[in-house]
Amino acid sequence: MTVAAPPKTKHNLKLIYQKPESLTDSPTHYCPGCTHGVAHRLVAEVLDEMGLREKAIGIAPVGCAVLAYEYFNIDGVEAAHGRAPAMATGIKRVLPDRVVFTYQGDGDLASIGMAEILHAAGRGERITVIFINNAIYGMTGGQMAPTTLPEQVTTSSPRGRDVATQGFPIRMSEILAQMDGAAYVVRRSLHDPNNIRKAKKAIRLAFEAQVRGLGFAMVELLSTCPTNWGMTPIEAMNWVRDHMVPAFPLGDYKVAPELQKLRV
Amino acid sequence: MPRELMKGNVAMAEAAIRAGLEAYFGYPITPQSELLEHMAKRMPEEGRAFLQAESEVAAINMVYGAACTGARVMTSTSGPGISLMAEGISYIAGTEVPAVIVDVMRGGPGLGNIAPSQGDYRQVIHGAGHGDFFPIVLAPASVQEAVDLIGEAFDIAEKYRTVVFVVADGSIGQMMEPVELPEPRPLRRERPDWAVSGAAGRPHRTLTSLYLKPEVEERINLRILKRWQEAEANEVRYREYYLDDAEFVVLGFGTAGRVALSAVRAAREEGIRVGLFRPVSLRPFPYQAIRDLAQRAKAFLVVEMNGGQMLEDVQAAAQGQVPMRFYGRMGGMVPFPDEVLEEIRTLAADPPTPTENPRARWLAHMMPA
Ligand SMILES: Cc1ncc(C[n+]2csc(CCOP(=O)(O)OP(=O)(O)O)c2C)c(N)n1
Ligand code: SF4
Repeated sequence: MTVAAPPKTKHNLKLIYQKPESLTDSPTHYCPGCTHGVAHRLVAEVLDEMGLREKAIGIAPVGCAVLAYEYFNIDGVEAAHGRAPAMATGIKRVLPDRVVFTYQGDGDLASIGMAEILHAAGRGERITVIFINNAIYGMTGGQMAPTTLPEQVTTSSPRGRDVATQGFPIRMSEILAQMDGAAYVVRRSLHDPNNIRKAKKAIRLAFEAQVRGLGFAMVELLSTCPTNWGMTPIEAMNWVRDHMVPAFPLGDYKVAPELQKLRV
Repeated sequence: MPRELMKGNVAMAEAAIRAGLEAYFGYPITPQSELLEHMAKRMPEEGRAFLQAESEVAAINMVYGAACTGARVMTSTSGPGISLMAEGISYIAGTEVPAVIVDVMRGGPGLGNIAPSQGDYRQVIHGAGHGDFFPIVLAPASVQEAVDLIGEAFDIAEKYRTVVFVVADGSIGQMMEPVELPEPRPLRRERPDWAVSGAAGRPHRTLTSLYLKPEVEERINLRILKRWQEAEANEVRYREYYLDDAEFVVLGFGTAGRVALSAVRAAREEGIRVGLFRPVSLRPFPYQAIRDLAQRAKAFLVVEMNGGQMLEDVQAAAQGQVPMRFYGRMGGMVPFPDEVLEEIRTLAADPPTPTENPRARWLAHMMPA
C-alpha cells in the first residue's frame, strides 16, 4: 500500500493545518471574534472526515449565516426565516440517501421557526441541525432573542430582559430531547479550545446519527456575538463561559444507544 | 382509458400521480382534504413521498425544498392555507424553481365557510406572496378539465421555472363526474442542471432568493419577467361557446362559467343571441381575445362567485369599448342558471349604458338601501 506523502511547502515544511475541502475559498463576512466561523469549520472538517462532501446538501438560515451556502463547498439552498427544517424535510424525503443539514440561529430556530423544528424532531426527520445559540439577533442589529438571558440588555430590551413582560429564555435542547423522534440532542460551547474539540465530536455524532438513519439530530452550540453584545472577542468568550453556560447547561440530552457505543 | 365516476379532489390527485408527481406535502382543509387523503393512500403505494405537514407554512417550505432538487412536487389547500403559504410561494418564485399548487376555493374572508367560492382570484393571480412576480393560474370548470390541467401544470411550471396554480372552487373539488384519466407517465430520471443533489464530481450549486446587490436582484427580476412574457405569449387559454353570431357575451371562469353556460343555452332557446367566453388561464389573462370581443359585442355580462374580482381585468381588457354588467354571488353562494338567465334577459332587453358602473348597479340590486 502506498501512502500519499504529506503536502510540502516551498521551503519543504510539512503542512499540518489546512482549509477543509468542504469550505470554499470565499472570505466570510463574520465579525472578528464571532464563533459562526468556528462552527462552519467544524462542520466542514466533519464532512471531510466522513467523506460526505459530495453527498451533502446544506440549508442556510435567515440570520448572520444567511450566506453560509457561499462558504460551504457543497450543494446548498437558502431557506425562509425559520423554515430550514421544513425545507430540509422536503429535500430529504425526495433524496433520502443524501446528507441534509440545517444551520440555524436562535431567532431562526427558537422563535419564528419553533413549529418547524419541533415537528422535524417529532417526526424523527433524518436531518442534522447545527443550532447557533448566541442569545441575540445578530443580523438585524442586536434585538432580543428567545434565548436572551434575564436582564440581558439588547436593542429591544434596553432596560434588560424583564422576564415579567418579556418572558424567559427557552432551552431548546431540553425541549427537543423530549421528542421520541430525536436520536441525538446535545449542547456544547465554542468559547475555548477544549470545548471546541468536544463540539466537533458532537457534530460528528450528529452526522453519524443521520448516516445510520437513527432519527433527528441536533447540536446546540453556545456562540459569541461580540458586535451586538458590545464586547471584545475575549470578553465575549468569557461571557459565554460565565453567563451562558450556567443558563444553558452543556451536556448530552439525548443519545441513541447506537451512538453511545460509537468511538469517533 | 375508460371513463370512471370520480370526485374532483380525488381525480386531481390521481391526475398528478399519473403526471409523475414525486412528492406531495399538504395540510388538511375543507374543501380539498380528499386530495390530501388520496395522496396519503396512493403515494406510498407508488414508493413516492407523502407527508402531512404541521401547517401550510411548513408544507410549502417542504415543497420548496423538494422543488430545489428538481423533483415534481405539489401541494393543495384552500384560501386560508394560501394565505399561510404566501411566504413560501414568494421564495419559490424568487428562487425560480417549479411547483404546482391546487387551491380549492371556499367562502371567505377569514374563516368564512366551506362552500364553493371564487374569492381567492385576486390573491392567486398575484401569487399571494411579496415581491415582483406573476404565477401562472389555471381555472378548470369541470372535473375532466381539472384532470387535464393538472397534467399540463407540471410541464408549464418546469418550462417557465415558476409556480403554477390550479384554482378550483369547492364545487369542482367535491363534485362527482365521469372522467378519463391519462395513462401514467414514467418518473423523470434526469434532473435539471440547476437542481441541488450533492456536489459529486462538479462544482457546488446553490439555490437562493437572496441577491444582496440591487443591480443583481434587478437582473433576476428582469429574467423572471422575461420568462413571464414568454408565458403570456404561449399560455393563454380560454373556451368560447356560441360566440360566432353573439351580440351579448357572458364572461365567467370555473363554476361560474359553467353555470353561465346553462343560462346561455336557455337564452339561446329564447332567441337571444348570446355566447359565453370562459377564461381558463386567469394568468396570463386572455386580454387580447376579450379586447377583440369588446369591439364587436353590444354588451358584456361578467358572472363570478365573488364581488367582481375578474370584472376588473375584463374592464381593463375591454378598455371602455363595450358597456358592461356584473352579476356575482359571494360568501359561498353559487348562482343558479335561472339567476344568470334573468340577467341575460335584462341585458338584451335593456342594455347597459356606456357609463354604467357594473359593480355599483349589482350591489344596489343585491342590497337595496
Ligand atoms: C419573515 C421575516 N421576519 C423577519 C426577518 C428579519 N430577520 C432577519 S435575521 C433575523 C434574526 C436572526 O437572528 P438569529 O436567528 O438569532 O441569527 P444570528 O443573526 O444571531 O446568527 C430577523 C428577525 C426576516 N428576514 N424574515
Ligand atoms: S453580528 Fe454577531 S453573530 Fe453576526 S457575524 Fe457579527 S458577531 Fe457574528
